[in-house]
Amino acid sequence: MSDDPFKMFPPAGLSVPQRIEQLRTEAEAAITGASDTAAVEELRVRYLGRKAELPQMLREVATLPPEERGVVGKAANQARQALEAMIATRGEQLAGAELQAQLGEDRIDVTLPGAPPQPVGGLHVLSATRRELEDIFLGLGFTVMEGPEIETVHYNFDALNHSPTHPARARTDTFYVAEDTVLRTHTSPMQVRAMEAHPPPLYVVIPGRVYRRDLDATHTPQFHQIEGLAVDEDITLGDLKGTLLHFAKAVFGDDREVRLRPHFFPFTEPSVEVDVSCFHCSGKGYLGDGSRCYLCKGEGWLEILGAGEMDPNVYSYVATTDANAPGYDPEKVQGFAWGLGVERIAMLKHGIPDLRLLLDNDLRFLGQFS
Amino acid sequence: MRVPLPWLREYCDPSLDVAQIEERLTMTGTKVEAIHRVGVLSAENFVVGRVLTAEKHPDADRLKVCTVDVGEEQAATIVCGAPNVDAGQTVAVARPGAVMPDGTKLKQAKLRGVVSEGMILAASELDLEPSGERSAGIMVLDEMTLDAELAPGTPLGEVLPISTEVVELEITPNRPDCLGVYGVARELHAATGAALAPPPWDEDLSSGSGEPSGAKIRVDCPDLCPRFTARVFENVTIAPSPLWLKARLTAAGQRPINNVVDITNYAMLLTGQPLHAFDLDRVAGGELVVRRAHDGEQVQTLDGQTRTLDGEMVVIEDGEGPTSIAGVMGGARSEVVPDTTRVLMEVATWNGPNIHRTSWTLGLRSEASGRFEKGLQPEQCLHAQAVATALMTELCGATLVPGTIDIGGEGPPALKLGLRAARVEAILGLPVTVARQQEILGALDFDTAPAAEGLEVTVPALRRDDVTREIDLIEEVARIDGLERLPATLPARRGAAGRLSHAQRVRRAAEDAMIGRGLREIVGWSFAEPGLVDRLRLPAEHHLRHIITVENPLSEDQAMMRPTLLGSLLDAARHNVSRGAPDVSIFESGSVYRALDGDATATTTPADEHHALGALLCGGLTPRSWRGERTEADFFAAKALLAGMLDSFKLHWAVKAAEPERWPFLHPGRCAEVLARSGEGQPVTLGFLGEVHPLVAGEWDLSRTAAFAVDLGKLATVAPEVSAFKPFGAFPDLRQDIAVVLPESISAQEVGHLVRKAGGKVLGSAEIFDVYTGEQVGDGRRSLALALSFRSLEGTLTDEDVAPVREQIVSALKEIGGELRG
Repeated sequence: MSDDPFKMFPPAGLSVPQRIEQLRTEAEAAITGASDTAAVEELRVRYLGRKAELPQMLREVATLPPEERGVVGKAANQARQALEAMIATRGEQLAGAELQAQLGEDRIDVTLPGAPPQPVGGLHVLSATRRELEDIFLGLGFTVMEGPEIETVHYNFDALNHSPTHPARARTDTFYVAEDTVLRTHTSPMQVRAMEAHPPPLYVVIPGRVYRRDLDATHTPQFHQIEGLAVDEDITLGDLKGTLLHFAKAVFGDDREVRLRPHFFPFTEPSVEVDVSCFHCSGKGYLGDGSRCYLCKGEGWLEILGAGEMDPNVYSYVATTDANAPGYDPEKVQGFAWGLGVERIAMLKHGIPDLRLLLDNDLRFLGQFS
Repeated sequence: MRVPLPWLREYCDPSLDVAQIEERLTMTGTKVEAIHRVGVLSAENFVVGRVLTAEKHPDADRLKVCTVDVGEEQAATIVCGAPNVDAGQTVAVARPGAVMPDGTKLKQAKLRGVVSEGMILAASELDLEPSGERSAGIMVLDEMTLDAELAPGTPLGEVLPISTEVVELEITPNRPDCLGVYGVARELHAATGAALAPPPWDEDLSSGSGEPSGAKIRVDCPDLCPRFTARVFENVTIAPSPLWLKARLTAAGQRPINNVVDITNYAMLLTGQPLHAFDLDRVAGGELVVRRAHDGEQVQTLDGQTRTLDGEMVVIEDGEGPTSIAGVMGGARSEVVPDTTRVLMEVATWNGPNIHRTSWTLGLRSEASGRFEKGLQPEQCLHAQAVATALMTELCGATLVPGTIDIGGEGPPALKLGLRAARVEAILGLPVTVARQQEILGALDFDTAPAAEGLEVTVPALRRDDVTREIDLIEEVARIDGLERLPATLPARRGAAGRLSHAQRVRRAAEDAMIGRGLREIVGWSFAEPGLVDRLRLPAEHHLRHIITVENPLSEDQAMMRPTLLGSLLDAARHNVSRGAPDVSIFESGSVYRALDGDATATTTPADEHHALGALLCGGLTPRSWRGERTEADFFAAKALLAGMLDSFKLHWAVKAAEPERWPFLHPGRCAEVLARSGEGQPVTLGFLGEVHPLVAGEWDLSRTAAFAVDLGKLATVAPEVSAFKPFGAFPDLRQDIAVVLPESISAQEVGHLVRKAGGKVLGSAEIFDVYTGEQVGDGRRSLALALSFRSLEGTLTDEDVAPVREQIVSALKEIGGELRG
């Protein structure tokens, strides 16, 4: 195009309106014939770009004789607007078609594995169970405490009312690391430690690892317990039952019931063993086909823990360094305690048949839980 | 303890079936562990028969062909192999269709050509005697002291206990009074309200006071032998016991021996109290002395073994020396033999803990020691003597020499306890009327009388060790009537605000950081084999050698407490690699144990225990992928995991190249100390990070392995409990990269420090994102590329704004020999 617009304006032999009409016709044909968005863009530049003829005409309208201005201006404007609209429409049309084509080409095999692969980790089933149980008791208002696994004979036996000749003290039953030091045989030594650390009222659970000199199909020398302890003015056996009922429902399902059977432990009185109704046969003892429930062996109940009201003697072992602190006077406080086995709960809940699986750390086992 | 139900029902017979009895006993504290059936399930097709003829089998020397009247029109032909079968005997017969105790169903069978229509039975075939007693041959019923003339065809179940239910009970250690059938009957009485027969020892045939002639007893250690009683029987005839006694003992799990020994066992099973029968003629000098053994003294026990004793054990000796280990096992020398005619029946009380010690020390457990160690009461001696005396007279034709030797006598006087009615309700959370309390305690042999606040209760002798306080009485009430009716209430929980401590939350978050990054948690053994410290290449004085040793491990490979998690992590890695899983990314969160340094009294725990988190990587960190290379376990893979965990705690941490001797199990060129500090506090060492020394990895058959371990307790002390908000302004960060070539000897960390220091407050972060070594940068040098991020609270930064800062950074880098690239 020439640098001098007037050389082109109007081109020879045509009136301005005619030229406009010509341009419009030409452009319309070109736009209709455009085959892709790039061509449309090229036509936009050619007919409506800064240096294109039609816009120039519009800019030059002011130089025309006044009587032509209106006609030319109007025609040029109309042409421009019509072309703009047409370009937009055609552009959208083609862009849509092009996107469609591109999306078709983009097709992938969605069944290939994600990448990079994200490894899936998980807690050991014992830790997961421990956390689950902790959370249940946290929800009831208990706090979580921990204590030493290498423990004095004092806390492990003496302060728990075990007579000096109690069989559990024997080296056949308990691991010793020194004359007066054992690997704790239960989480119960934390009862007196917890009371020494905190005045009543006291609501705690104490998870941890414990040790006994047992090794057979149902015992390993190390295992895990969660001790529960509540000491206040008026803690009853009914409170123990209610607390453990809540626990049983939370772990094994809303329909569960618990029952307390009399038992004996040196540091609780009265002592009980606690059964939960079997979640496999709903406490019936037999299954739908009439066969005996293998899980509860037909009893309808599963033994899950030992418990009881704290024996008043245990309070007398609570050494307080602060003479003004409210102590543990058995006429003023009473409480309950329980000790449950984490392995047992985990095995029951997940149907794990063999205790040894829990200690093999085989990835094929670990990968089954999270 | 096994209790045949018919025996129990002799003393207390509630109209309940075995399942209901199980339920009542279990729910009142005597747990039924199992219900057994001794003998046959169905008595059908078992009948009394009379042998009409018994002829030798034509084709077999040891068989006889018998015709047996079984109460039918036609006599049955039965082939019998017992040597003692003979015409005229009344016998027990199983007819075709009978199901034997082992479940086999009897059919007509041809034996050497003769059809046998049943079987003439031996006692052991019906579990009336233990198996292995077949030498006695078939049961001959008319030789037995059966009351009625037995008509052939009479159902055998009416004559013999051929189908007996036996309950197996768990007796808790506080209830030695329930180690006898009568004690259990009392429990059943209290639990069901069914009548209780008077004790079988109420009628004692012993008339005399004073001591029988012909025997003398001396007790030199009354502290260990609170009571020793003895009776003398003459004209004793040793013989097999009658079938009812054998059957009862067999059902209870005892092997019948002869009438005298069986009587001692029967009396023990009924009263709970062990007895011992001496052949008085074989007691040298006719005197028994109870004394402490001499250190090193030897005794031959009934089982033929020679036992070496110590000074805390008790022996019973006669004129020729020790004959038994008191309360544990008798000796062969004075035991009852077939020609015994004079019996000294010993019933004594021994010190429970002392018996327990002797039994464990010698590794010698017996029925008697198992009972004595639980603590029997002196009163039980005469219970057992009374029961045995009646049976000795009845079954052995024995004459009792009047009088009883009784050294020590009864136990201390009965204890009286108060039982406050209000206290019962306060403990149970459930009221129990005083009348009901009285009823329960009365059923359990306690005497009660009304008192101001409730009851005054007198404790029976057999319960004196177990019931010493009011709370013990409350338990008695609760277990019989209370536990089953308890309301399910929740405690008041005054002041209870359930929450995890900061340290517990840190531990969970650290574990979660690991599992979120694809690691599997393992649970390892706290025990380790003592050689672990050598396999980890720890030198003699290394701090991880301050181990805790288990004095009595189950096996030598569990003889110490682990001082580090690395051992169990390596064990678990090897386990999996050897099972075809070469990619192992695992962690453990658990305690490690070391001996306390210095003053042990300064702490409240006997050992240095801390909770550690250790991770181990071996092989690929992720599964292989169709798109791109995967990360393999090495130092930096482990460091990235560690960083992911530590960064989540918003604390200042760093690693520092460690001296190789600090953690000798790590690769000397790829080991680091992990440090962290809280705020502006002093840095603390959290643990180590590194690749496992190839020699150590090789010990566990592993290839390149990386690991770290941190002390979670220390981590909790430096991790802030609460992250405080820091303003970051409303403006975008300005990002620039910078690449600098530096001597390799300058660590990335030094470069980072220098850049951050030079960048000042406006430099938000500076992270190394590329490292290049090669010809372009020259030997001993490397190029580090850092991503710089500038930030201002005041406004949007431009390149011009940060140009002076960048200039400071560049000149600082130049000062340490850096030159900018590109």
